[in-house]
Amino acid sequence: MYTQALNDPANKAATVAEGEEEQNVRFMARIDADEKIEPNDWMPDSYRKTLIRQISQHANSEIIGMLPEGNWNTRAPTLRRKATLLAKIQDEGGHGLYLYSAAETLGISREEMEHQLITGKARYSSIFNYPTLSWADIGTIGWLVDGAAIMNQIPLCRCSFGPYARAMVRVCKEESFHQRQGYEILLALCNGSDEQKAMAQESINRWWWPSIMMFGPHDTDSTHSDQSMAWKIKRISNDDLRQKFIDATVPQAHFLGLEIPDPDMKFNQETGHWEFGKIDWDEFKQVLAGNGPCNRERLAARTKAFEDGKWVQEAALAHAKKQAARAANKEAA
Amino acid sequence: MSDKSKNSPIWEVFIRSKNGLSHSHVGSIHATDNEMALQNARDVYTRRAEGVSIWVVLSSDIAASDPMNKDEMFEPGSDKIYRHPTFYDIPDEVGHM
Repeated sequence: MYTQALNDPANKAATVAEGEEEQNVRFMARIDADEKIEPNDWMPDSYRKTLIRQISQHANSEIIGMLPEGNWNTRAPTLRRKATLLAKIQDEGGHGLYLYSAAETLGISREEMEHQLITGKARYSSIFNYPTLSWADIGTIGWLVDGAAIMNQIPLCRCSFGPYARAMVRVCKEESFHQRQGYEILLALCNGSDEQKAMAQESINRWWWPSIMMFGPHDTDSTHSDQSMAWKIKRISNDDLRQKFIDATVPQAHFLGLEIPDPDMKFNQETGHWEFGKIDWDEFKQVLAGNGPCNRERLAARTKAFEDGKWVQEAALAHAKKQAARAANKEAA
Repeated sequence: MSDKSKNSPIWEVFIRSKNGLSHSHVGSIHATDNEMALQNARDVYTRRAEGVSIWVVLSSDIAASDPMNKDEMFEPGSDKIYRHPTFYDIPDEVGHM
């Protein structure tokens, strides 16, 4: 059960009595045996913290990810495109909620995570700090950004923490519609006029590199990877996932008749992999540090939504309290 | 931790996926009362016809067994192998039983 009732300090006392070290040995034995860890099970503080950081960051990405796409809601070219875009954005909101509730089982409240997001204490995927300048960007986001997200999320379905793994199963099922939705938009553009095809190419040119940066730094530079691998939170390394994504995506680009904006991209017959050029990690670091094209805009929009929605939350709580008091009075009378 | 009385409480969501099956736990949501809990559960967990019935219950109203006491709690269920049909020797000639 997901109740927080057992995550209280009384439990901690028992832990200390038994000895942190023995607990940890038993915990690692469970991880090694591929057992799932559930919210009320004993876990090292660092495992809990790592998961809270990762899951809340993941949830924040889903929520912030609604913003660049929302930009095109009112300008979608047809009713069909508008309906599918709305459904996709609604899914992203749902994914954020699955993830926030998975993180809440670890003892952090959703309000606290929201607070950490708008104060900049918690991050979200840096890909959402890029603007959506043309309709083709909606196609590209579905195809590349959701495609990269799926690549990242599939191994997370086997993550050692039960609620996170279960949330990921739901998310992955729903995401495949997103990717197909995006690719279909690009197909339509690429089968259209020269201008439409040029619009698709221009969009890929802007989104390709940020998309492959979504897998994070190279394995040699990744700070959290080793521990996360040992805990089976992470199952496949950043570089391996990136390669898988590129191998799957390049032929899809060729099918569209689009060029990948990487002059060094070539197929290696021996390895069966696409080799790619040097990634500009300075750009990645700049966007992560808050200097991307839309960082301020995204947080401002989120803060506004939070502030403007506050009265609704307060009114709903006041209403619920009043109703409960009335019911209690009636019973007493 | 933030002030809990200012936050909407957490509810656990149970969904009957189709007629004839029992409700099972799918996750949780936030809401201030029963009605909002049901609506939020519908919006978050049944966007693709995943269910025909929803139960919501305040998380704080659920009593749960403590995983620390798992061994004592469930030991009576695992040490009585005579509760399983395979414990009994029946000659093959008797046929399926």
